[in-house]
Amino acid sequence: MSLRNNRAVLLAAAASVLLVAGLALALLWAPQDADQGFSQRIFYVHVPIALTAYACFAWGAWKALRLLWTREPRYDLESYTAVHMGVIFGILTLVTGSIWAKISWGVWWTWSERQLTLFLVLFLFYCAYFMLRFSVESGPRRANLSAVYALFGVVLIPVSFLAIRLAERFIHPVVFTRDGPQMSGSMFLVFCICLAAMLALFASLYTNELAGKRLDARLRELREALE
Amino acid sequence: MTYFADVAALARKDLLLELRSRDTLPAMLLFVISALVVFHFSLPSEASATASTGLLWIAILFTALLGLGRAFAAEREQRVLDGLVLAPCDRSAIWLAKAIGVLAFLGIAELVALPAYALFFEPVGWELVAAIVLADLGLAAVGTLLAAMAAASRARELLLPLLFLPLVIPVVVGGVGASVVDDPARYLGFLALYDLIFAILSWASFEYVVAE
Amino acid sequence: MTTSEKYVTGAYLVVLAVVLLYVVLYAFKLSRLERQIAELTELAQRRRKAA
Repeated sequence: MSLRNNRAVLLAAAASVLLVAGLALALLWAPQDADQGFSQRIFYVHVPIALTAYACFAWGAWKALRLLWTREPRYDLESYTAVHMGVIFGILTLVTGSIWAKISWGVWWTWSERQLTLFLVLFLFYCAYFMLRFSVESGPRRANLSAVYALFGVVLIPVSFLAIRLAERFIHPVVFTRDGPQMSGSMFLVFCICLAAMLALFASLYTNELAGKRLDARLRELREALE
Repeated sequence: MTYFADVAALARKDLLLELRSRDTLPAMLLFVISALVVFHFSLPSEASATASTGLLWIAILFTALLGLGRAFAAEREQRVLDGLVLAPCDRSAIWLAKAIGVLAFLGIAELVALPAYALFFEPVGWELVAAIVLADLGLAAVGTLLAAMAAASRARELLLPLLFLPLVIPVVVGGVGASVVDDPARYLGFLALYDLIFAILSWASFEYVVAE
Repeated sequence: MTTSEKYVTGAYLVVLAVVLLYVVLYAFKLSRLERQIAELTELAQRRRKAA
């Protein structure tokens, strides 16, 4: 078994162990929240997933920067895979956030939840990334376009966050506030384990997806060479 | 200052081309007026003044989109872009010249749209004018880069709005905010910040969009 | 179970379902890649026989 395979197996094992541990701790062991009761436990899945999605987009932008810097074609696939994972985690953030809104405020969607609104904007933005990729012939041109767009995305995240905060003041007053994390030590520990689990899941999926995409590209090259 | 001479020459080429063919600008003018008329009919009669401000911003956004869709049409049809890229000038000069052209068209369209808006809906205050000037800079900067991207793809006209709209949501927030709240300074500042960040980013990355 | 407990469980299940869906889609992808490899191997063998 090669070194790369070893790493993939290791990552998958770490992700599985951490996920099971995080899930069990979050649902069974973490202390009950005084204000929100059991429903606070959705926090341990929603927030780590959201943070992981940011990490995916940042990783994708970093690889995009490397591509523009070094012009090495392998970074294109790496950046694309990271953004791909980011969109999957982004969808999960939207769904779990929507469920949280339903629990807390009785509605499936609320514009006053900044994180959720931001993820909707990012979701639209990165869906356009896929549209862009699919409508350009593969090659250095597509790699450059995707990389520039991925870089725009990572700049758009803070700018959009600021915009959403500014928009709250005139679109509607803030009625709902979710109190800042008044976490006890054990809650914070569970949160960290869940975050580590999600990051490990990302790393594991990323490694596998990247291997699959590389294989796909190589097979296409081989077919062209043989035919 | 050959850089600015290049930019001036390229921008003059675009404006002259438009002056001769009159392809884009009349369409933008007609579109923005038609949009305002449609908005009158789509607003219920008891709608507030702030609702029409929001619609004005939508009209501006889509007028900009109309202009951007044509921004690289001449280059694409005549295959000029490949030649321009090979020309011995900095590639970002192409972006700057295009953005100036787009800005000019958008500005002219708004010179007609704002009086029409004042006539049809609400009087126009200085905050709105300042916000529109700042927003135009950002729309032209980001839009020109994205138009170059879309021109390189197969989907072209279809792709541009998809790339453009999520990126300019902050512009809409800043613009609408500056025109409806009492203290617009914060929103105007935000628009200026957006312009600065995305102009630098577009300027720096345009080279990679047009070159292999 | 109270309603909020149901929703929290639902959220965890959704995450699990999406991960499983990903695995299923990945399995499809793998089988497609396998098929392609088989085709290419056959092609290469035929080439060698003809040569």
